[in-house]
Amino acid sequence: MHVEEGSVVAHEPMGSAYRVLTLRLPRVAAQARPGQFVHLRLAMLSDAVLRRPFSIYRVDGDCVSILYKTIGRGTAAMKSIRLGDAMNVLGPLGNGFPLPTADAIALPVLVAGGYGVAPLYFLASRLPRTGLLFAGGATNADILCVECFQALGWDVRLATDDGSLGVRGLVTAPLDAWLGEARREPEFFACGPNGMLRAVGERAVAGGWKGWLSLDRHMGCGVGACLACVQMIRKDGVETLARVCKDGPIFESREVVWEPSEP
Amino acid sequence: MTTPQLGITLAGIRMKNPVMVASGTFGYGPEYADLVDLNRLGAIVVKGISLEPWGGNRTPRLVEVSGGLVNAIGLQNPGVQGFVAKYLPFLRHFDVPVIVNIWGKTAEEYAEVAARLDGTEGIAGLEINISCPNIKAGGSAFGTNLESTARVVGAVRRRTRLPIIPKLAPNVSDIAAFARCCVENGADALSLINSYPAMVIDIESRRPVLANVTGGLSGPAIHPIAVKLVYDAARAVKVPLIAIGGITQAREAIEFMIAGASAVAVGTANFTEPLTALEVVDGITRYLGAHGLASAGELVGTVRL
Repeated sequence: MHVEEGSVVAHEPMGSAYRVLTLRLPRVAAQARPGQFVHLRLAMLSDAVLRRPFSIYRVDGDCVSILYKTIGRGTAAMKSIRLGDAMNVLGPLGNGFPLPTADAIALPVLVAGGYGVAPLYFLASRLPRTGLLFAGGATNADILCVECFQALGWDVRLATDDGSLGVRGLVTAPLDAWLGEARREPEFFACGPNGMLRAVGERAVAGGWKGWLSLDRHMGCGVGACLACVQMIRKDGVETLARVCKDGPIFESREVVWEPSEP
Repeated sequence: MTTPQLGITLAGIRMKNPVMVASGTFGYGPEYADLVDLNRLGAIVVKGISLEPWGGNRTPRLVEVSGGLVNAIGLQNPGVQGFVAKYLPFLRHFDVPVIVNIWGKTAEEYAEVAARLDGTEGIAGLEINISCPNIKAGGSAFGTNLESTARVVGAVRRRTRLPIIPKLAPNVSDIAAFARCCVENGADALSLINSYPAMVIDIESRRPVLANVTGGLSGPAIHPIAVKLVYDAARAVKVPLIAIGGITQAREAIEFMIAGASAVAVGTANFTEPLTALEVVDGITRYLGAHGLASAGELVGTVRL
């Protein structure tokens, strides 16, 4: 974990609604593992007291990329970031996904909702083997990086709410279709909205498979100090509050205690 | 020109400099130890500790607003036994005073926590949290009423020899009365201010953003409020004051000292920039040198009216 000042080396649109921001951050890049995140200080938002957390999307040499969508005043302000700008970054933070070994029996099955694909691409790029990606989104504009996964040799199955790309419906539709005829045991790695994570987690528990879920909770400090982003988890039968930023963001499906109202 | 002396002794606690980190914004020490040299801090005030472990409030617990944030964490903590077993051994490795923020649902609970920490190696003092806006019993329910303030501070005083530092609530009509009340009941120093009661509503759902409905505002937005309250308290009591509220750089810390604070604590800014407290130390040193002052103490209470 470092506080590192990095310069912007790329800031480009991805499709119509997303952008990729790339910073030169040698110290963060050297430590980063798939599933971890960086906490960006937004100097252009001078009245903001909180950093903004983003999953690491790519690490190429000294450079770290994030993939984001404009959803609030922080990400709206980020549109003004220019090449050469210096940004203050805290990271890498969080636990990251456990990396299956090359001889693991289970097939890696990634499940992404919208820009939840970001940490899964970093994961795929670091895995010694290929598997399946199920990606879902509201429309075809929310399905990202398909070609990148295919270039790595991954089998990609898609779903959109409006049917504009892949199967019409939730990402669980093609996932369930595959599970119905799967001949290999899956190990899930998922990132996306709570409803999707919960659905993947339920399938992992029901099937007796491992399912690693990347949780997104409103964060403060990012290092486990403020206790804003807590999540109830169950370990060895005991329920405790875990800090999503520090003890997570990756939790195994069996650990997560979903609230009755979620999602 | 010689280097200005930053060291102070506050309520018997020797500190290398007058810049502390505030309770609730720095965890129990290990969270920031990879980023911040803890030995360079004036003191660490750890997150509030109660007699038994406490789960805190439901989420969402935190929301950013213009110039600050509103939190309703709800004092989640591992309890006094958990703190001593899990965190104190780590903190003992450092050469920095540890001040433990304590709270309870009754005056007796506060006193019991104080008694358990009394004589425990590695604790320099106790900050008494009578001002947390986020729990129904305890916290500001005590600190906004003179009788219960007296009861809690007196009860703690009788059970510990450690320096005790009540942390005052900002939402009172006469801070001087509360400051005097604390001193009369045995306070060795005072911390002020805690976060200011606040609320944020989502205009689409028309629901409060925080699960707790209300919370406490902290950050730059409350800094001028804190300066005024420190100024008022400094004129009412002679014990040293620890000023808290919206410090992001040395300028605000210096302002607090001129208003009458002997020390300051950096809070919300730890989340923005973990190195803030160390930058404030360096900034105060530069300021003292530039203004020909030999020590931090020469600045305290020098406001010119």
